[in-house]
Amino acid sequence: MMDLQEFRAATRAWLEENCPQEMRQPMSEADVCWGGRNWVFQSEAQKLWLDRMAARGWTVPTWPEAYGGAGLSGDEDRILKEEMARISARPPLQSFGIWMLGPALLEFGTEEQKRHFLPQIARGEVRWCQGYSEPGAGSDLAGLQTKGVECGAHFEVTGQKIWTSYADKADWIFCLVRTEPEAPKHKGISFLLFDMTSDGVSTKPIQLISGASPFCETFFDGVKVPADQIVGERGKGWTIAKYLLTHEREMIGATDSALFGSEDIVDVSREAIGVDADGRLADPVLRGQIGDFLADEIAFDAELARAKTWMRAGNQLGAQSATLKYTGTELNKRRQELIMAAGGLAALEWDFENAAGDEKASLWLRSKGNSIEGGTSEVMLSILSKAILELG
Amino acid sequence: MQILSEENTMVREMAAGFLSENAPVETARALRDDRSALGYDRTLLAETAAMGWYGMLLGEDVGGTDMGAQAAGLIAEEMGRRLTNAPFLSSGVMSASLLRHVGETTLAAEIASGTAVVTLATDETTKHAPDRIETTAAPSGNGFVLNGSKRFVNDAIDATRVIVPAQTDAGLGLFLVDPALEGVTTRAYRTVDNRNAADLTFDNVQLDGAAQIAVGPEAEAGFAAALRVGRAVASAELVGVSKEAAERTVAYLKERKQFGVTLSQFQALQHRAADLYTQIQTTEAITAAALAAIDEGREDAERLSRAAKAKASKTASLAVREAVQMHGGMGMTDALDIGLFMKKARAAIEHLGDAGCHAEWLLRDRGI
Repeated sequence: MMDLQEFRAATRAWLEENCPQEMRQPMSEADVCWGGRNWVFQSEAQKLWLDRMAARGWTVPTWPEAYGGAGLSGDEDRILKEEMARISARPPLQSFGIWMLGPALLEFGTEEQKRHFLPQIARGEVRWCQGYSEPGAGSDLAGLQTKGVECGAHFEVTGQKIWTSYADKADWIFCLVRTEPEAPKHKGISFLLFDMTSDGVSTKPIQLISGASPFCETFFDGVKVPADQIVGERGKGWTIAKYLLTHEREMIGATDSALFGSEDIVDVSREAIGVDADGRLADPVLRGQIGDFLADEIAFDAELARAKTWMRAGNQLGAQSATLKYTGTELNKRRQELIMAAGGLAALEWDFENAAGDEKASLWLRSKGNSIEGGTSEVMLSILSKAILELG
Repeated sequence: MQILSEENTMVREMAAGFLSENAPVETARALRDDRSALGYDRTLLAETAAMGWYGMLLGEDVGGTDMGAQAAGLIAEEMGRRLTNAPFLSSGVMSASLLRHVGETTLAAEIASGTAVVTLATDETTKHAPDRIETTAAPSGNGFVLNGSKRFVNDAIDATRVIVPAQTDAGLGLFLVDPALEGVTTRAYRTVDNRNAADLTFDNVQLDGAAQIAVGPEAEAGFAAALRVGRAVASAELVGVSKEAAERTVAYLKERKQFGVTLSQFQALQHRAADLYTQIQTTEAITAAALAAIDEGREDAERLSRAAKAKASKTASLAVREAVQMHGGMGMTDALDIGLFMKKARAAIEHLGDAGCHAEWLLRDRGI
């Protein structure tokens, strides 16, 4: 095995040679490469970068080579990330396939499923969405009612999902479906995979209080799903769902997630309000609130860094991921409230075509969803009180 | 989630084991009931000094163990859990760091061995403001004449020397003052957490030239370093107080029954306990980060130590308020220990600056 110093040198040299200059720029949400059948590359460089990284297995560096990855160790993966960050290289590909379905298949899929689905994800050929929440099953996710009735060699799926991110752009869905209606609610759910172009699938984007969103309502009307497109056993889908929810919260902890916000309250308030002759923000009450916030923000940064160190050392976050999710999202809501207060009347602009400024009001409204999506703050507190404090 | 070095894991286990045996909360209660002026146990000081606790921030040249701020923080956390009063923070952490910074070795060796207590007079005003210094040291013969006052000086009544910051012709000076000198008046008292404290007044106190251990930028830097590590270690003590108060409260919720069920069945209480848990986690993380930054001599150590003390103060305040409230009427009685945690927290929050004090610094640092 190559030692880590050699690996770093080789990685640095390869990235230097192969990462196009245009892919070394700071990126916004609009620059993300999601891949998929209908993906239109935003530039030649974006396509080249994806192809080169995928050929090396570096879109999913820690997955085994047989499934499209590079089989990197945790240390090697960290070095790759550090070296990419060093030259500000953009991620070549982001997707729910990489973050969510991949890890679930690696843990619960059959060999055949892994060999079929994982390389497509790694190469960015198929874009996935996640069918979890339903209109009647939010925090009580296990109460979901979308039916999967076995008819010969396939399941017939009927029902509705909601909050399906990018359902209107995805090629396939991984979906929680009730296949055993008689069983207790946690034991009647199966984890199915199916093509979004199947007959009977339709989607409708959701307008949020903050404006347009990637979220959709997704409808299934007698969708035929081949019986071998189930992951794990029938009625055991909840185990996979729970694994993924924990994994999702870990991801939130491990990445600098947009959920935690990035706009700097100090810069916003200084610019909007100005400072007095003593160099203090000219609004003393708001200044006090910002000071209180800053201490919490610095403390949370330390907690995120600690969680990363913990995971890099090969540990699982488990229920602790609920601490990160709860703390980070509540903090971001506070940040956005303070930014709106600092922005004052100027932060109220809403008519984006003519707007002089940015989208403060939209970000503020969107942040309200942070403590709802991916498990509400109340669910996080319940998880912690049961799993860690053992109350109940 | 905190990853400790093998060495520091041993420090924590050793401190927890020793204190559980020799200074549990019952000891803190007994010391209070004794109404002694000192409020701590000199035997425990001698024993823990022999174990190297008072030399953690001192070099081997003066008999220290040089284990660093992270190790000192772990000890403080375990002391916080047991409400252990000792001159650890004043002498073993802040004075030791300061003396090391300015290159003083004689007193430093005495601190490390536990044969002397040295304390640092940080404040002259009601709220912590170490840069507000009106005490003066004017040249006089071969030495200085000291005038002014210092307040809330912990452990001064047991100290062979008090380190007194004072204004001089050449900027800030740091002076070693024997509290028995003529012209020093001491008003000693105990505070709500049963620690001893004293207000010191200096009326034309004659000091010899050697009393000045640093002046100008060196004095500024030494004083700042002592406050920085003091803040971070005090934060660790507050983490210990918070954890113990929270754990005792969670245990109480599982045992106390009302309406035919244990209190732990009530979601309103579950969620408050869980919220407190997350606050303590975050506080532990920033405190560990500040202590590590100090050990590594990093530039952000000052900022992190400020954030740590601010966060630890807020969290400890929440922890003890929730603890007393969730213990209900019993929490108000002196028979239960939980009230002792509230008293300890209040004092430790105020010393070396509360959340507002350090939020102010963070705002200033960011230019607003």
